[in-house]
Amino acid sequence: MATKVKKCIIYICLIALAVVCLLPFLLMIVNATRSGVEITRSFTLIPGSHLKENWVALFDYVNLFRGFANSLIVAVPATILTAYFSAITAYAMAFYRFKGNKWLFKIIVVFMMIPSQLSLIGFYNLCQKLHMVDSYLPLILPSIAAPGIVFFLRQYVQSTLSKALLEAARIDGANEIYIFHKIVLPIMAPGIATMSIGSFIGNWNNYLVPLILLNTPKKMTLPVMISTLNAATDLQKNQGAIYLGVAISVVPILIVFCFCSKYIISSISAGSVKE
Amino acid sequence: MAKTGAARTKKRDINRTGYLFVLPFVIVFLVFSVYPVLRTFYLSFTNYKGYGDAVWTGFDNYIRVIKDKFFWRDLWNTVKIWGVNIILQLGLAFLLTIIFSDIKYKIRGLSVFRAIFYLPNLIAATSVAFLFKTLLDWKYGSFNQMLLALGITQQQVNWLGSVSTAPWVISVIQTWMWFGNSFIVLMAAVQGINKDYFEAAAIDGAGRWTVFGKITLPLIRPIMLYVFITSLIGGLQLFDLPFLMNGAAPGTAGEPSGSLQTAVMYLYKFGFETHQVGYASAIAYTLFFIILIVSIIQFKTIGKEED
Repeated sequence: MATKVKKCIIYICLIALAVVCLLPFLLMIVNATRSGVEITRSFTLIPGSHLKENWVALFDYVNLFRGFANSLIVAVPATILTAYFSAITAYAMAFYRFKGNKWLFKIIVVFMMIPSQLSLIGFYNLCQKLHMVDSYLPLILPSIAAPGIVFFLRQYVQSTLSKALLEAARIDGANEIYIFHKIVLPIMAPGIATMSIGSFIGNWNNYLVPLILLNTPKKMTLPVMISTLNAATDLQKNQGAIYLGVAISVVPILIVFCFCSKYIISSISAGSVKE
Repeated sequence: MAKTGAARTKKRDINRTGYLFVLPFVIVFLVFSVYPVLRTFYLSFTNYKGYGDAVWTGFDNYIRVIKDKFFWRDLWNTVKIWGVNIILQLGLAFLLTIIFSDIKYKIRGLSVFRAIFYLPNLIAATSVAFLFKTLLDWKYGSFNQMLLALGITQQQVNWLGSVSTAPWVISVIQTWMWFGNSFIVLMAAVQGINKDYFEAAAIDGAGRWTVFGKITLPLIRPIMLYVFITSLIGGLQLFDLPFLMNGAAPGTAGEPSGSLQTAVMYLYKFGFETHQVGYASAIAYTLFFIILIVSIIQFKTIGKEED
């Protein structure tokens, strides 16, 4: 009996914690449909009828779909580059013997530990020299080298790919790049997918780097655009529009999460079994 | 003889392909990762202003950092915010791990709870900042209205506008964002423990607290260290949330006397606002050395207990 009561209390606490996690999102969606006056007057979980007005007010100020498109233009190619080049690098490091292989591995591990603010100033300085400020290139190109993902995929390919399979393909006369594309990539696909979702979300949510690199308002990615709402004093009066802006930026991620939560969670678990 | 020679050449060709495969990574890595880190290091010894020439000034910038009371104040702010956050975050994650790995209660719904607890971590910090800034608004925020409606407080609390609450609000929001992540990592570690240990303990008649203290805890200690250090590296770089939340919301008094200034915000100010790039670089490296020293001490102390 005592066990049952305790169990009940535990479930109630867990549900309460789940509510704390979800309530802000619920309030956000509800408030996005209410007028500024309604929001300032009372608190409720029943949706209002001012979605359209909020929408007009918000898009009068900023075209969020532009930010949406910009974020996609950055995050999609960046994710594809990370996936492809991390896979090929990880495969080469795991299955080819060449000088410097071990060194490369050590350097990758060191760079996984280095906090990103160390490179921030040097990175901006480099972009100035390459005339890449206010361009998407420095947001996309560096994705080719993702040390953390190479590290993970190297372990992954080592445990899933057998050497005999490669030897068999070589005896059949397949060349190396063909072997990578036709044999290795499909075998690595689940690992690559897991890492890609994480890297897509990371790219999508990135704030500091686009903030320092992009000057032209039209080029801003979604998080940077959302942060400009900070300065919109006339919009601040209408909290409904602010909530709507935040909701628009959050909902796509919520949808992705509904379909891929398994992959996302396994990618975090994978990070913990490094040692 | 000739045949083995040919085979050897073939082998060498194959391994040369290895170079070709890692080449794009290596080039981009050198240009966009290694060079910026070294460049920042070089700039930290100059008076570079973001344009023109960089004049070598030796350790001047570092001496200035050490004497700069605002740097130490902001670092202390960051440590305070992180300290409260890590205690709450790890504590909560740890508690949840205990609950879900308990052999007696057998709590169900791990995957659903895990997904919900993790959800806040997916949202961009900018969106989180705006969401909470609006919810916590002094006069009109839904949070204060909820407290008033429930009778918990008699008047609105200026959460983000006063020194006594603002830093802790950031700590709690950080916890809200990250405890699910820590929980998943700790839980994965517990699930990775060989089941034989638990069965052997059950046969020996060990109670659940003995099992937890003698088996689970020692085996997940390396992962706890991992969570702690990654959180330290991330936490001392805290930027987005306080940067976006300390601006004056309508009706508030604005930033509560610098209590939300973090070390990376200080770096940002010099690097990208007032263009004292050399000084900002020195701040970055000072911060890095501090993180490094703390990490090494952590490794040494927690690593030692394991022997």
